[in-house]
Amino acid sequence: MIIYGTALLACCHLLGIFLGDMLGSLLGVKANVGGVGIAMLLLIFARMVMVPRKLLPEATEAGVGYWGAMYIPVVVAMAAQQNVVAALHGGPVALLAALAAVVVCGCCIAAINRTESPESIAAINPDQSQPLGI
Amino acid sequence: MLELFEKAARQNGLVMAFAVVGIIVLLSGKISRTLTFGRIHGSAIAISIGLLLAYWGGTQTGGKNGLVDVTLFGGIGLMGGAMLRDFAIVATAFEVQATEARKAGLIGIVALFLGTILPFIVGAAIARAFGYTDAISMTTIGAGAVTYIVGPVTGAAIGASSEVMALSIATGLVKAIIVMVGTPVAARFLGLKTPRSAMVFGGLAGTVSGVSAGLAATDRRLVPYGALVATFHTGLGCLLGPSLLFFVTKAIVG
Repeated sequence: MIIYGTALLACCHLLGIFLGDMLGSLLGVKANVGGVGIAMLLLIFARMVMVPRKLLPEATEAGVGYWGAMYIPVVVAMAAQQNVVAALHGGPVALLAALAAVVVCGCCIAAINRTESPESIAAINPDQSQPLGI
Repeated sequence: MLELFEKAARQNGLVMAFAVVGIIVLLSGKISRTLTFGRIHGSAIAISIGLLLAYWGGTQTGGKNGLVDVTLFGGIGLMGGAMLRDFAIVATAFEVQATEARKAGLIGIVALFLGTILPFIVGAAIARAFGYTDAISMTTIGAGAVTYIVGPVTGAAIGASSEVMALSIATGLVKAIIVMVGTPVAARFLGLKTPRSAMVFGGLAGTVSGVSAGLAATDRRLVPYGALVATFHTGLGCLLGPSLLFFVTKAIVG
């Protein structure tokens, strides 16, 4: 039944938000601390426990999958209700912050990937003497 | 006739929102394929259109809620509101296969943490340089530099203003677009040749849409590895953003 999946998702969501609120009040902040993240971890854990026990038939998975697939449309709706007029008064903050973040991360990726041995790269791409896709 | 349609749309706000967003996503897919040849992912274009519509709504009504202040589109507020947004984000965690995830190993985890903390520091520092000196705004914009989901989730949790939220989303969106377009160009510099390198990339570059679109345009075989690590990115960011990162920022700037 498709509702089982959606109900599982709902339980993880509510429990996650509840734990996040509890963590918040324990830490003395009037905020939900990582409730969404906790809910995600709960759902991953639920899946880990249920799949080997054959408790997740396809229909049940579809009850969660539908909402997972709705995430981009929901984000589009979220974007459509932001105070963009006010944000544009902020000037080039968004552009600069994004560009700087990408450059810093790009250098970090390059540095880490240079630590990989040439042998393992050759083993993955035996037929390619050139880098891929360029 | 027109009045009847308006009445139907107003009384079925959420249903109207599904239809409107569906049309936006459809158009974005077409724009992505025909105008950018798939370089810019349809979802990024759809979100940009959403932001454009929010701008239009804001100028039309003078309100703070973008398109939602236009009565006809009130249902967008429910669809993109906190409840359904968080529900959909939690659901994406289901696509993570725990057994596959273990293969990502230590380097994926290191990349994930670096990919959350580095953009956050850069974003928060630039926000501060531009006069957003309070801890809430710095954290929200810094979180936006992680991904466009982490930004608003963090902002909503710590009580940021809608203006800062919009800036934070814009930051994450610009980042996703740069990753999508820039990855194939920078593939040689980034050393994107192996599954391991794709996992490092997925962890550090963040944004599933940016990573999957960028890797697809570089080497299709690398897509699942990058996307796998990137799917953890939003979860980790949502966990750290309103908690650890906010507290550290608050402790530093007061």
